Amino acid sequence: MARIIVVTSGKGGVGKTTTSAAIAMGLAKKGHKTAVIDFDVGLRNLDLIMGCERRVVYDFVNVINGEATLNQALIRDKNCNLLYILPASQTRDKDALSQEGVGRVLDELKKDFKYIVCDSPAGIEKGAHLAMYFADDAFVVTNPEVSSVRDSDRMLGILSSKSRRAEQNEEPINEFLLLTRYAPERVKLGEMLSVDDVQDILSLHLLGVIPESKSVLNASNSGTPVILDEKSDAGQAYADIVARYLGEERPHRFIDDKKGFFRNLFGGN
Amino acid sequence: MSLLDYFRISKVGTASLAKERLQILVAHERTSKHQPSYLPQLQKELLEVIQKYVKVSQDAISVTFEQDEHQETLELNIVLPDNQAKNT
Ligand SMILES: Nc1ncnc2c1ncn2[C@@H]1O[C@H](COP(=O)(O)OP(=O)(O)OP(=O)(O)O)[C@@H](O)[C@H]1O
Ligand SMILES: [Mg+2]
Repeated sequence: MARIIVVTSGKGGVGKTTTSAAIAMGLAKKGHKTAVIDFDVGLRNLDLIMGCERRVVYDFVNVINGEATLNQALIRDKNCNLLYILPASQTRDKDALSQEGVGRVLDELKKDFKYIVCDSPAGIEKGAHLAMYFADDAFVVTNPEVSSVRDSDRMLGILSSKSRRAEQNEEPINEFLLLTRYAPERVKLGEMLSVDDVQDILSLHLLGVIPESKSVLNASNSGTPVILDEKSDAGQAYADIVARYLGEERPHRFIDDKKGFFRNLFGGN
Repeated sequence: MSLLDYFRISKVGTASLAKERLQILVAHERTSKHQPSYLPQLQKELLEVIQKYVKVSQDAISVTFEQDEHQETLELNIVLPDNQAKNT
């Protein structure tokens, strides 16, 4: 059975697109045929992060409107032939996506793909609503910061009341916490909310912590999902997350400050 | 923990404050989500009526709505000013 994953947050700029690109690549690299869809109509960006911006011909809205077939619009990833990208439209028309149309495209994708990753736009408007509506699993991307945590909590309320599963009284969406841009050294100084703090408030199943990392900008500069940078901390953190999602047990490697014994001993940062 | 951390303890970070504020806010927002939408209007009108008789401030009145499996409770709480009895 195909599974639909929404990557959502409420708050903008917390790392949804970075995460969508990384986990879609991770799932495909593990041998699962995966599609990743950009729901951010008008502000397409996933194509840039995936490095396929020059190959976009048709987009999600074209497919919904019957102006292109799904096969024409899907872009096969250059690094992994099990991964396909469906780019967002750059139209300014807010109503370009309809629930019926999105449902139709997802149903068609489900026949052929194992995982369908939906990169949600920020906010709680139509685009974000449609990105989560059909989901089976939700990755709630949260930064250790007050407004992000609050917005995540609101998004959890929406997932449990406004999704298809909620409306049809089916089993609820599986919700997972992804804490990103985490800085253990600042947590240690009491300057930043810790994993436990955020867990106390949101009480979600923690899928993983992604550290604040320079490798994320490097990856987006070059248009390769950070998970392919296997030496980087963020890349490894995303690889762990994919493995855990697929049922493997992995220790959490990026929660504690591990900047070397001597730096720790003398409290250097 | 490093040696210097022992000296740093006095320097209180702001994370605990963030957590405290979030816990209060999130708890409040979770309960208010299930409240009937007429509640703010009810609160406003009640306040107007009460203010005709007693000099109370905006925040002296609270209306809360609670729901469990068996019943719905509407709780109205008015804090009267200390010196009110003498004036009337
Ligand atoms: N772990 C990280 N370390 C450092 N920078 C990060 C990390 N994760 C994301 N960023 C940076 O944060 C910015 C926002 O990331 P991203 O575009 O993924 O967020 P988003 O949630 O998709 O934003 P939007 O709400 O606008 O769609 C980018 O500049 C990205 O490089
Ligand atoms: Mg984005």
